[in-house]
Amino acid sequence: MSDLSQSLQINIFASILVPVIGALLIFACARFRGLIELLFVGTALCLLAVTISIVNMGPEAFYQSITLFTIIDSIPIAFHVEPLGILYACVASGLWLVTTIYAIGYMNANKEKHLARFYMCFCFAMAAVMGIAYSANLLTLFIFYELLTLSTYPLVAHKGTDDAKAGARVYLGILIGTSIGFLLMAILWTWSITGTLDFSVGGILENELPDGLLMLLFALYAFGIGKAALMPFHRWLPSAMVAPTPVSALLHAVAVVKAGVFCVLKITVYVFGIDVLTNTGANSPIIWVATATMLLASLVALQQDNLKARLAYSTVSQLAYIVLGAVLATSTSIMGSSLHLATHAVGKITLFFCAGAIYTATKKTLVSDMHGLGRVMPFTFAAYTIAAISIIGLPPLAGSWSKWFLIDGAISADRLIIAIAFLVSTILNIIYLMPIAINGFMLKPKQASSDIHEAPFAVVMPLCVTAGLCLVLFFLLPYVYDFLLLLNLR
Amino acid sequence: MIATHYPILQVVIPLIAAPLCSLLPRSKLPWLLATVVAWIAFAISISLMLQVKDGGTLSYELGSWPAPWGIQYYIDTIGAFVLVLVTAIASITLLASRQLVENEIDSSKHSLFYTAFLLCLTGLLGIVATGDAFNVFVFLEISSLASYAMIAMGDNRKALTASYEYLIMGTIGATFILIGIGLLYMQTGTLNMLDLKARIHEVDSFRSIHAAFAFFTVGICLKLALFPLHHWLPNAYAYAPSVVSIFLAATATKVALYLLYRVFYTIFGFEFSFDLLHLGYILLPLSIIAIVMSSFTAIFQPGVKRLLAYSSLGQIGYMTMGIALETKAGLIASIIHLFNHAFIKGALFMCMACLLSRIHSTRLVHLAGAGRVMPWTSAAFVLGGLALIGVPLTSGFVSKWYLILAILEKDYWWLAVIVLFTSLLSVIYIWRVIEQMYFREPNEGCVGIKEASPLLLACTWVMVLMTLYFGIDSRYPIEMATVAAQALLE
Amino acid sequence: MFELIANQYNYWICILLMMAGLYIVIDHTNLLKKLIGLNIFQTSVFILFISMGKVDGGTAPILEEGYNVFSNPLPHVLILTAIVVSIATTAVGLALVVNINKRFQSIDEQELEQIELEEE
Repeated sequence: MSDLSQSLQINIFASILVPVIGALLIFACARFRGLIELLFVGTALCLLAVTISIVNMGPEAFYQSITLFTIIDSIPIAFHVEPLGILYACVASGLWLVTTIYAIGYMNANKEKHLARFYMCFCFAMAAVMGIAYSANLLTLFIFYELLTLSTYPLVAHKGTDDAKAGARVYLGILIGTSIGFLLMAILWTWSITGTLDFSVGGILENELPDGLLMLLFALYAFGIGKAALMPFHRWLPSAMVAPTPVSALLHAVAVVKAGVFCVLKITVYVFGIDVLTNTGANSPIIWVATATMLLASLVALQQDNLKARLAYSTVSQLAYIVLGAVLATSTSIMGSSLHLATHAVGKITLFFCAGAIYTATKKTLVSDMHGLGRVMPFTFAAYTIAAISIIGLPPLAGSWSKWFLIDGAISADRLIIAIAFLVSTILNIIYLMPIAINGFMLKPKQASSDIHEAPFAVVMPLCVTAGLCLVLFFLLPYVYDFLLLLNLR
Repeated sequence: MIATHYPILQVVIPLIAAPLCSLLPRSKLPWLLATVVAWIAFAISISLMLQVKDGGTLSYELGSWPAPWGIQYYIDTIGAFVLVLVTAIASITLLASRQLVENEIDSSKHSLFYTAFLLCLTGLLGIVATGDAFNVFVFLEISSLASYAMIAMGDNRKALTASYEYLIMGTIGATFILIGIGLLYMQTGTLNMLDLKARIHEVDSFRSIHAAFAFFTVGICLKLALFPLHHWLPNAYAYAPSVVSIFLAATATKVALYLLYRVFYTIFGFEFSFDLLHLGYILLPLSIIAIVMSSFTAIFQPGVKRLLAYSSLGQIGYMTMGIALETKAGLIASIIHLFNHAFIKGALFMCMACLLSRIHSTRLVHLAGAGRVMPWTSAAFVLGGLALIGVPLTSGFVSKWYLILAILEKDYWWLAVIVLFTSLLSVIYIWRVIEQMYFREPNEGCVGIKEASPLLLACTWVMVLMTLYFGIDSRYPIEMATVAAQALLE
Repeated sequence: MFELIANQYNYWICILLMMAGLYIVIDHTNLLKKLIGLNIFQTSVFILFISMGKVDGGTAPILEEGYNVFSNPLPHVLILTAIVVSIATTAVGLALVVNINKRFQSIDEQELEQIELEEE
């Protein structure tokens, strides 16, 4: 075994094991509150270090399969690294570190209970995320996908109230339902016709199925990945908002939903292959579903008065951007899609952090109650404004790059209508995101707000960091672009 | 060489130990004897397994009377496989049984209980080991009579009526089998299974042979509790002492299924059963109804033991569905599920025993907060439940995978959809329990309750770890099932 | 037609008994009578076996000068075993009924169902 593949193996296993070990340590030290907080942050740091060391291994390490063991028939649990996976792992582990600090601040400030269980499940969820990021075949992907659902369920139901349980039930029901009902079906179908489940450049399905069935199979995958929240399977996302905000922030702006779109991307690129998709037109129905989701979810977001619910629908809409970029299946749109995965994650996590900070400081959840809060919570609202502009896609913020590529991708795929839809959606973004910031700064508060201050430092600091990232990423994104060119789509 | 006598020793050792057991005083000695005997039987079955694992067969002539005149014991791969399963479950159950018996059964009956347990074990092992059709009937009745007695020892008085109902149905079933044996003997003049197999094709157009086949099928399906002959099972499992529930749920129906394989494949042969009499046409709808109906019923059960009993009915449906597919792949799937489900259900009923030993109830409402006071038991239940659902990395997933592949091989798309849909139903009924255990405050009755005794817990976890192990490394059951299916179809 | 019935009268008796027994098991609500029905049902099967072993003009299978035709003894032996099984079943069944009577003060199926429903 060469040095490279050996260190690759160590790194990949480490990125899954580090969070698991962290979780076990937290379980063992459950009684010592300070210690588990330390362990929680420590685990996140270690994970980030491992991820960086994987990035540093460079392109030589790509597509080398590391087999753990074989479950059934010669389909192993296997891992590899490739540009998309690394991008996703970087986004998730980087933002996790910020979230750990935020979570500790938030949980303490709001006096939430069962902290050990909470942190432990968080760690397990991250292990599952890493497994998804580096999976080398569909079975491995599926396994970690399910583990992610199961490990995040306790986080969603964390409060234990009837509301929380009902929300968690919808969460689990839709995610498990779609994954077993459609995704597993699609995987079994793929296996029964091709005899392989490996991800390989250019896809594995060329000339295996007639066009109509290929379309059906693609739809099974697209809807089966419930985490990508394509309508009509998007209900779990708003339901899961009963969770404490750090969970919403990381899991429902970054880890879980991005796992969904990441799976769609990966299946598009490595199972179907973009040439197969464009040549057969198997992607057409999903393109329209994604477009509809993008616009409808934006419209629904307009109606929401609860800030977290509004952000949730905004996420549904933004996820549809990424899915759309993936299923348009041109090299430009895939690029835009991958970049949007990163930029939206940074922007949306900031927005969620802000929602949590506002709740921590004021216990307010409704948009209409937040007038004038910007004056007493300047940092929070400044961060909110920056992130909102990034998501809308104006320079000099990160979101502008990804939106540029997405629209360019739609044009290069000769689908002008989709390009227009992107623009319409952008306008909707402005309408549902900006008033909160504007009203926060401009309007007078409804009641005296003298007793309201910024949330604790541990809550505010992370959101300033991520807002800063929105800005910095604008200048760094060209490097990410270069990195993603290694995908070699054309 | 004593090893040549293993096939008979397997059955005779528990048989001789049973009356000895009843003579021993108090409860410790009978327990010790029964446990030791079960472990010896386990060791013997392993040694038998090793001899036939490559598809060989063992034949033993009782009293050296040559077959087909004398009684022949005949062990092939599937037989040894089921022997290992039954003895393994019996050994673990008996090891854990001491405290359970102490709690649930009147102290004057302890030695009789172990006697009945050993007799039941004798019967089950005898059914599997023997190659003589009439012997099957006798052993079937031995095991049934012993289980009637054991079920009636449950401390709820409904156990008596449950046992009575089982007695009536069980006796009718056994007598049907007896009629079948009589008709076969009338036409072929032999009782030896291999001899029957050789001669059956000479008479396969006779109507009495067809009638014999029908009597066998109905009789065994009564023992198997296949829809619509399942009515006795839920009450019997729910009200029996927990040791009995564990043992019977994990083994009795499995042995009945083994008998079904024997009759369909060995005695009558594949062509007769499936090509001539089209068994699949009737077995497939019944399996589907069994799965769907019992899964729905399980959702509405207030008691967890009853819930698990209904889930067993559904799982039996999966196993018969494998047979009904009329292919080798289907048979393999059926055998794999037979093996995996034994451990899954064993583990789950073990958890029930743990809960019963502390909370003294397995009604759903009384389990509130059990996750807090009995963490290990509850965790075991969660893992067992996940295996029942068929989540990846548990043995249940392997079963489902093979079953669905077998279904896809026949191009029964709708059936694959049904199987996946019913998996979702199992999510619902398992989740009702999990939610109750983890996301509800403990009842007043639960305060101060300790974890179940270490021995019981250890046995539970052995079963749970088995399901996890065979979910990760499934080579052994798959290999055995493949060899066994090959031998059965020859 | 009549010959068909007359020549195989043993089977007709079996069927008659079998149906009578099964009918009692299904129809009667008294647990004791159900057991009796079960016994009749089992007995019919025993008769089926025994009449099967009959050979016209055959004697008991003892080797003796002048006897060449023997009845088949095997079914008799089998049925001896089955009778033992049947007795054991009846004994267990009766024991259950006695205990049910002790703890429910009833051996009527419908009454028992009623009691169990009320307990729920």
